[in-house]
Amino acid sequence: MLEFLQYLPDVFTPWNFLVLVLGTVGGLILGATPGLSPTMAVALLIPFTFHMEPATGLILLGAAYTATVAGGAVSAILLSIPGAPANIATTLDGNPLAKQGKATAALHYCFLASFVGGVLGVLVLIFFTPTLSQWALGFGPSHLFWVAILGVTVIGSLGSGSVIKGLFAGFVGLWISTIGYDPVLGVERFNYSEHLGGGINIIAALVGLFAIPQVLSMLTPQDLPGGVTKFAMEAQSIATSIRDTLVRWKALLVGSVIGVVVGLIPGAGGQIAGLVSYDQTKKMSRDKAKFGKGEPAGVIAAESANNAMVGPSLVPLLTLSVPGSPTAAVLLGGLLIHGLFPGPALFSDHGPVVWTFINSLLVGQLLMCIFGIMISRYSRFVMDIPEYYMAAAITVLAVFGTFSVQNSFSDVFVMMGLGVTMYFASKIGFSPSPVVLGIILGPIAETNFLQGQIIARVGDGMVPYFFGGALNITLVTIVVLSVVYSVVSEMKAKRQQRAAQQADDDGYVVEKEA
Amino acid sequence: MLKKITKTLQTSALAFAVAGTAILPQLAQAEAYPDRPVSMVVSYSPGGATDFQARIVTMLAGKEDYLGQPMVILNKPGAGGKVGWDFFASKAKKNGYELAAYNVPHFIAQSIVFKTKYNIDNLEPIANWGADPAVLIVGKDSPFNTLEDLMNYAKENPGKVTFSGAGLYVGHHIAYLQFAKASGLELTYVPHKGGTPAMKSVMGGQVKAGFNNLSDAFRNRDSVKILAVADLERNKEFLPDVPTFMEQGVDVDDSSVNFRGIMARKGTPTEVVDYLAQRVPMMFEDKKTLKKMDSAGSPVRVIPRDQVITMWKEREAYLKELLADLKK
Repeated sequence: MLEFLQYLPDVFTPWNFLVLVLGTVGGLILGATPGLSPTMAVALLIPFTFHMEPATGLILLGAAYTATVAGGAVSAILLSIPGAPANIATTLDGNPLAKQGKATAALHYCFLASFVGGVLGVLVLIFFTPTLSQWALGFGPSHLFWVAILGVTVIGSLGSGSVIKGLFAGFVGLWISTIGYDPVLGVERFNYSEHLGGGINIIAALVGLFAIPQVLSMLTPQDLPGGVTKFAMEAQSIATSIRDTLVRWKALLVGSVIGVVVGLIPGAGGQIAGLVSYDQTKKMSRDKAKFGKGEPAGVIAAESANNAMVGPSLVPLLTLSVPGSPTAAVLLGGLLIHGLFPGPALFSDHGPVVWTFINSLLVGQLLMCIFGIMISRYSRFVMDIPEYYMAAAITVLAVFGTFSVQNSFSDVFVMMGLGVTMYFASKIGFSPSPVVLGIILGPIAETNFLQGQIIARVGDGMVPYFFGGALNITLVTIVVLSVVYSVVSEMKAKRQQRAAQQADDDGYVVEKEA
Repeated sequence: MLKKITKTLQTSALAFAVAGTAILPQLAQAEAYPDRPVSMVVSYSPGGATDFQARIVTMLAGKEDYLGQPMVILNKPGAGGKVGWDFFASKAKKNGYELAAYNVPHFIAQSIVFKTKYNIDNLEPIANWGADPAVLIVGKDSPFNTLEDLMNYAKENPGKVTFSGAGLYVGHHIAYLQFAKASGLELTYVPHKGGTPAMKSVMGGQVKAGFNNLSDAFRNRDSVKILAVADLERNKEFLPDVPTFMEQGVDVDDSSVNFRGIMARKGTPTEVVDYLAQRVPMMFEDKKTLKKMDSAGSPVRVIPRDQVITMWKEREAYLKELLADLKK
């Protein structure tokens, strides 16, 4: 059980440790760049590992995976532009915190929460791999469909003030995800121009929807409506941040556990871990009204979840060669190049390499936290840059980042188009998060529904297939509870609002009745 | 007189110079090719089997014995490879500096079924590096231990046996179609988004069987049972004990084998194509490359250009027939 300790010193050989440090620092910076997602970073680094020792190469890839996921929060907090889909939920409270002059605190929360979640995730990977990999394998099309639907139930409550606007934006996102080729049957849909042939790339959509409206707002003169107000970075001691984080242990726990579970399920798209745990933390919290306006618990839940996902997403990968997240899928290529075939024999055949890799993930979490907090101290230099330079820099990064994903100009056009549309939509109260969530969840729900339909048709029929079995029943129950809870709390809030209004309108009459 | 001669000389010198500038670059190009890095479009995502094999087989391109210039991989994934190949067949330059990786039967089947900008007539094969046959797999806990078990069950339960595979009109789907046609059984195909999710469905018991790559099935041999190989011969290197379909009396040939190689656009100068066709197979057969491919579990089959041309033609003719049956 404690076999991993035996290989811990291997992480600290000068060369391995240097690679780990470089991978972590580089990953934090890459992650903070809009458009450079963890998946992209790992894919870009694989060729560099060709000529390295297997263990060293994997340390580099692992460090990049860990650090990019956390680094994406930096731009999410400072600029309200998530570095990757996993950081969307971080913008919801992180950016309001920054605007209130608590940017340093928000960055501290983010890296501390990432550290806690990340360590927990790696511990799950170390101790429960054999047990959990079989469990993860049990998730079939019907279960994944319900997981995606659970994600859809979150859409309405995201970001925008109004549920209706949130749902509408989510619907638009789901529609956008159907552009291109049908994932199962290969039918062309809404393919009006050759730029849409490959569908809408998720990174292009993410960068466009978040970064472009931000750039346009920056260029709006401050005295006009819609201009961005600058904020200063405060000095916050790390001890205070640690205390603040630990006080919100509930958010930390909810985030980490949901991150672990979502990371384990292959094909559920780890990107939704942050959003689901953000939503759950909000639902469990006593003062929901604070969320979206700069509640530290929101940042903590989202960031602990997306780093907790890293370790578990490797559980099914290492034992069954089934990746738990898109980034883990790219990592599979990195393993194969070094002749490490994931499977039950991996740990016995290549024990030293695998354990060194897993240990480096653990050490990497600590380094990520330390360097992240150091970087947050210097982030204010970024914030001191005049807006017009900033806008230009973001635009350049957005264009390069988007182009680099598939080397495609079509993606850049799509990014620009969506971005400009979003800028105007944001003027009438729409927010980008539900749209992106729709684009992420659409294909998961659709693919699994269609596959489930084919299997059910020749099997037991639709109803038993989608509603039968303990796992389906559990998931459906959670979905129903999530919807009912949202409706009830919405109605309660409305009633309170109305009561308060009435009290205002006819003052003492209400008081007398009560 | 002297003046006249000088003038003639001057004129002819000029004429030569003009003619020279017209001819020389072409000569120089042919002789010096390649004098800068060569790019290669891969129509699948980074980290996938085609991508990492492409990276391994081109890693030595920079050596003087081969191209003397590095090859740079450009990933253009989307729509099962269509996005990348459409781009290549319509936009790539025909100067030998822009090449692409091909996957047979994928791109040929797609050019038959869909409206694509590519077909075997506007592309020019250079050489083939790998061949990964499709194999029939079932889960570790499946009641089927042989192809016969599975076929008997399918006969009694028409349509009930579900097969996973990596999408439509890819090698796995072609193997499935051939199997269904040859056995006369009623079966159900469940398209997946790639080979890995298709494999996962078999391991998790979500489908009863599946067609997948021999290399991937070999790596997962502890979690799945491999019942048959869709090739003309057994794979001696990786799976010497698994019989072919033909050995078991089912007429499934090697039409579904996933061939991977390098191609150029039609219209690329002949001398460039010849140069590549001569050097590229040598690069594939370098000991270092072979070792790396072997340790990554990727079956190598180097086939020279002239044989690839025939192979493409045969595949196209056969697939047209098979897929026409399907449309009826």
